[in-house]
Amino acid sequence: MTALQQRTGSVGTPVDRVDGVAKTTGTARFSAEHTYPGLTYAAVVHATISRGRITAIDTTRAADIAGVIKVITPENAPPLKPAPRVSMLNMSSIVSGTSVNYLQDNEVHWDGQPVAVVVAETSEAAKEAAALVDVTYRTTESSVDFVTARLQAQVQKGNPLLPAGAKKGDAAAALAGAAVSVDAEYTTPPYNHNALEPHSTTAAWDGDRLTVHDATQSIGWFRTHLALRFGIPEANVRVIAPYVGGGFGGKAFVWPGTVLAALAARATGRPVRLTLTREGVYRTVGGRTPSIQRVALGATQDGKLTALIHQSVARVGRTGGMPEQITTQSRHLYAAENILLEQRAVEQDVLPTTSMRAPGESIGTFALESAIDELADVLGIDPIDLRMHNEPDRDPVDGKPFAHRMLREAYAEGARRFGWSARSPQPRSMNDGRWLVGMGVASAFHPLMLFTSNVTVRLSADGTVLVRCGFQEMGMGGATVQGQIAADALGVPFDAVRVEYGDSALPSAPMAGGSMQTASVANSILEACAKIRASLESLAKRSGAVGQAPKAVLAKAGVPHVEAAVGSDTRLGKVTGQMRMMRQVMRDRRYLRAATGAHFCEVRVDQDTGELRVSRWTSVFDVGRVINPKTAGSQLRGGIIMGIGMALAEETLFDPRTGRIMNPSLAEYHLPVHADIPAIDVSWLGDPDPTMPLGLLGLGEVGITGVAAAVANAVHHATGRRVRDLPITLDKLVP
Amino acid sequence: MVDVTIRVNGQARSLDIPPQVSLLDALRERFGLTGPKKGCDQGACGACTVLADGERINSCLALAVQYDGREITTIEGVDDPLQTAFVRNDGLQCGYCTPGQICSALGMLAEYKDGAPSAVTEPDADPGELTEEEIRERMSGNLCRCGAYNGIVKAIQETAALDTEEVSS
Ligand code: FES
Ligand code: FES
Repeated sequence: MTALQQRTGSVGTPVDRVDGVAKTTGTARFSAEHTYPGLTYAAVVHATISRGRITAIDTTRAADIAGVIKVITPENAPPLKPAPRVSMLNMSSIVSGTSVNYLQDNEVHWDGQPVAVVVAETSEAAKEAAALVDVTYRTTESSVDFVTARLQAQVQKGNPLLPAGAKKGDAAAALAGAAVSVDAEYTTPPYNHNALEPHSTTAAWDGDRLTVHDATQSIGWFRTHLALRFGIPEANVRVIAPYVGGGFGGKAFVWPGTVLAALAARATGRPVRLTLTREGVYRTVGGRTPSIQRVALGATQDGKLTALIHQSVARVGRTGGMPEQITTQSRHLYAAENILLEQRAVEQDVLPTTSMRAPGESIGTFALESAIDELADVLGIDPIDLRMHNEPDRDPVDGKPFAHRMLREAYAEGARRFGWSARSPQPRSMNDGRWLVGMGVASAFHPLMLFTSNVTVRLSADGTVLVRCGFQEMGMGGATVQGQIAADALGVPFDAVRVEYGDSALPSAPMAGGSMQTASVANSILEACAKIRASLESLAKRSGAVGQAPKAVLAKAGVPHVEAAVGSDTRLGKVTGQMRMMRQVMRDRRYLRAATGAHFCEVRVDQDTGELRVSRWTSVFDVGRVINPKTAGSQLRGGIIMGIGMALAEETLFDPRTGRIMNPSLAEYHLPVHADIPAIDVSWLGDPDPTMPLGLLGLGEVGITGVAAAVANAVHHATGRRVRDLPITLDKLVP
Repeated sequence: MVDVTIRVNGQARSLDIPPQVSLLDALRERFGLTGPKKGCDQGACGACTVLADGERINSCLALAVQYDGREITTIEGVDDPLQTAFVRNDGLQCGYCTPGQICSALGMLAEYKDGAPSAVTEPDADPGELTEEEIRERMSGNLCRCGAYNGIVKAIQETAALDTEEVSS
């Protein structure tokens, strides 16, 4: 082994996150925390009808407030180009949250849509004036109640990346003829991401150049989108987001606030900061679709699945939306002989739905994994045994090989850590004083893709390494993990590596979504580092420094640094990048790649009041190789905690008559708090995935999948009550 | 407009502001101290927690004019082992709730020492070793959407233990 190939052993160690000091001392500046000379503040006026037209806007009272600079309405707004039509050939086109061209006409498409923006010298003045803009509407009949609209749902169209259904054999006939069956409907409410940092944009124009500090998880696509909306070259837009206060999918797409901040800055000729109020986030940033799901399972007496049917109804807005691929996990988790998967969606006059942590699987697993538990109960088989009895060797629908699958090992290890053998099989058979105790399991499943990323890596004569890549860091740990990867790839200590990220001026990276950022960026860093090692070797040969450390090689060769780039952001580079990406996607279609896991949950339910507590939690994951156990553990726990929130408390309430969100606040939308969360035992099997760079599988989303089912299953075990409608609030459990 | 002088992180700072300006907005927008965060602006998340004469408060629910002559400590003025304990235990992800969690924890530890009751401890109970359950109860006003709760509790427990060691030695 030469000095160049020596590993520094950074990968796999629990390095502290590199931005930890900035975040614990208050020096980290988020998007609403950058000042510009002459900075102004904007506030949004929201529509109060779900569909119709603005007939008049009276801004006199608003304009009279001291400090108000301008009230921007459809009557005086500068022009804005429409959002691009979604096309698979231009991936950035999917990034529009809605298709509405804000403040360009008088149409209203959802309750909460921005109808005016006030710009003022202070945030207090902007807020006060926004409340004084008088808008009159003519309403049109609208469809807002999801439950009554389900019958109008249309079959969802899939795309090559996300199939929307599947059919194998005749599942209906198999169900009818099955010795044992369960057939039930499960429902999940709308959810909101509630990243703790509300969306905020600070926009400044310099001629026709635009700089925005935006809370985004799609830096590159935001840039493309803004350039298009304002009719300027992409090179004129810079999006900066080194710190993002949580995203979970809610900051993946461009929502009105971002566009309006830039529009307001253009209209006033001043830099503008538009920070959404918490209510404003609910009104203008989409959330997760509600769902109605039917799962029907047929089995033999000994628990072999003969039929698996999963049908779902989701919703989108009339101006866009994300119906979620709710049945995905049902395509891959069980070796049923006959399978039927169908996804439907209904279009309504509400804010478009959007992706939220593990879109599809987080709510789809609730229905599937609850149904499996119900079947186990009817069969009198242990729910883990039933799952293992139906664990497939190949992908059940199309027979593709698994890239990697260790669900058996995950359950075995989880059962040991959790103490599953102490569970008595009968529901309502365990208690601790007045607390009924229950234990439940469920599988976690999240499919994974690999994207491409541009990156440059530079090794300098002083032994330091600079990685430059415009990826986004919202707390997943990318800034730390990519440094660890580069350190090992170049054989330098972790501290010698600096990673620049969060800026569209850097080589472009994919959005942070689909749990694919870490692997996609790592792939390119590894490639760049390999190039550097090759250049170093030839330099070493030329200068007679073979076998010496990189620093020595560069000194001897008299070279200040070696730099390597992967991908490029030139026009040609983009085309090549797109082709590279398509090749990769085609290659990846040959097998099924997914992160999986086994959740074990213990709940306690007060026998008189129905008070429900999650008292213990163990999860074991198959997420390939883990680069940093500290940040990986946090990511997985974070997913589980969000899943516990889904299961127990979270719910966005839409008024079924008006379509208005009734609980747009953190006081009325209940997130899990400290007291709701026990110590969560997470671990992983650690076996590298053979199809991924370094064998790592993305782990941002798999954690949340299966969680709500594990809770519901534990609640059933504790109380004998099967709750099929989330969240599991007290009223559903009181005796 | 009202004249206010607040001691912020040990330094007297004066302002001439309309009375409706919140303490949080005064700190963030007027003094440029953006350590305290705004997660909800209505007292529901704890991201804006600062110390007022050593006591934790939600600065979004306070008016700046109420704090004339008082001493405010924001995260920028904190220098405590708790901060490194947060990093070591990965008690943060995105970091947006973190300044609030830290200020709140400092206030909470002081309350606990003073014998303030909680739903977990009986009033007058001897404030012995701080349990995880107690920390969770007393920190429940500080939301963390990233779910860094386990690490936060550990960091606080570790730091509290340090504190007791010092006192007893
Ligand atoms: S910002 Fe003050 S409690 Fe949320
Ligand atoms: S670290 Fe993101 S909200 Fe707590």
